[in-house]
Amino acid sequence: MITHPRTEELTEAVARWVDSIRPQLGPREAFLARVAANVLGVVGRELTLGPAAQAAATDRLIVLLDHGGGYAELNSELCQRLREGTMDATTPGLLAALKANVLDQLAIDQPNYRHE
Amino acid sequence: MSVDVLTALPALARRLGGADAVLAGAERLSGGASMETWSFSVEAPGAPRRDLILRRRSAPFDPETSRSTSLAAEAALIAAVSARGAPAPPLVHVCDEADGLGECHVTQKVAGETLGRRIVSDPRFDAVRPKLARQCGEVLAQIHATPPPPEANLKTSDFLAELARYEETYRSTGAERPVLELSFKHLKKHAPPPVEPVLLHGDFRNGNLMIHPETGVAAVLDWELSHIGDPAEDLGWICVNSWRFGRPDRPVGGFGDYAELLAGYEAAGGAPIPLSRVRAWQALGSLKWGVMCLMMYMSWATGTEVSVERPMIGRRVSETEADLVHILEAGL
Repeated sequence: MITHPRTEELTEAVARWVDSIRPQLGPREAFLARVAANVLGVVGRELTLGPAAQAAATDRLIVLLDHGGGYAELNSELCQRLREGTMDATTPGLLAALKANVLDQLAIDQPNYRHE
Repeated sequence: MSVDVLTALPALARRLGGADAVLAGAERLSGGASMETWSFSVEAPGAPRRDLILRRRSAPFDPETSRSTSLAAEAALIAAVSARGAPAPPLVHVCDEADGLGECHVTQKVAGETLGRRIVSDPRFDAVRPKLARQCGEVLAQIHATPPPPEANLKTSDFLAELARYEETYRSTGAERPVLELSFKHLKKHAPPPVEPVLLHGDFRNGNLMIHPETGVAAVLDWELSHIGDPAEDLGWICVNSWRFGRPDRPVGGFGDYAELLAGYEAAGGAPIPLSRVRAWQALGSLKWGVMCLMMYMSWATGTEVSVERPMIGRRVSETEADLVHILEAGL
């Protein structure tokens, strides 16, 4: 991967520029500009944190479902088992694994969100 | 129908303020995806300046399939709850074809703040903040005691019907989110038993309340999601963590406690509601908000909406999942 600049540095540069022009905008456009800057924040964090988060999530699903596989197929199987009711909130390790996966995703989507 | 609101407003100003009246300042307020809100003022010689709010539907409306009421129904609701003492913005005008503005109504501007984050953290609200949860309980009891106005033609729903409706919507997106799957199943199993339905606001949360820094709840806004249902639905909705604005330690809107909300509700004549019912509706509220976030992303993905806001809201699903998994861990 190219390091001078890294991809997340490019998104950060654009986010800073969007922020810098916000004071010149009307209320509606300023609001959307803030959203746009936040989008670039998500993209930047997904670039830096995403690969490790997905690998950790996959490992947790492998333990939970007791067999190997890629993230998408494991996630799909877990959804199906929850839908059918063969796994539920009382399944050992389920809530802990879901919580860890969701908190890793939240660290990408909204690191400042203070959950319940 | 495309409408240039700024072009049409001067004529509305004359209709409301007389032939000599002029429009004095108009701006679209931020926020609101299917509904536009405009702030404008009318000035006429010899009369005090009138500060007004125009609420206007910006997306097509189908009364058969939409969960939203018409703006005329909203006007009827405002009149009905005001008669029972609930604070709502005084209605000034329901627009018709002559106004050339599409579907909209005009209310007086009520002084105060609607931005949740400010209400929760700005020192200006320090004095009134401890009173807000109790006031919200009192106001909800007044709304729930109001006979539903027949002309508003409101829909009726309950816990399992809401759950089923949102599950169907979730399935239509094709998304696969384990926490949402688990929550649908879990809430179906632990649904609170049905009760006698009442008039609900339907979107009673920090963000739809006009809060005055001295007197507290000055007006309940945005009646478009009003319907008839379980009173705990309204109490649970204002406790959803997504509208606590960084204060999960204060479950009611980020400003107060469950006990204050429930005490205010009972003190104003509301039938006692167990906290477990409120928590069940709060969990369903987080689940609904998660599905709504998915739907807003879908409206962008399918090309119905073009705003940058829509896809970004899709990344708010994980906040509802984090809240749901903690609620399930604590037990319902």
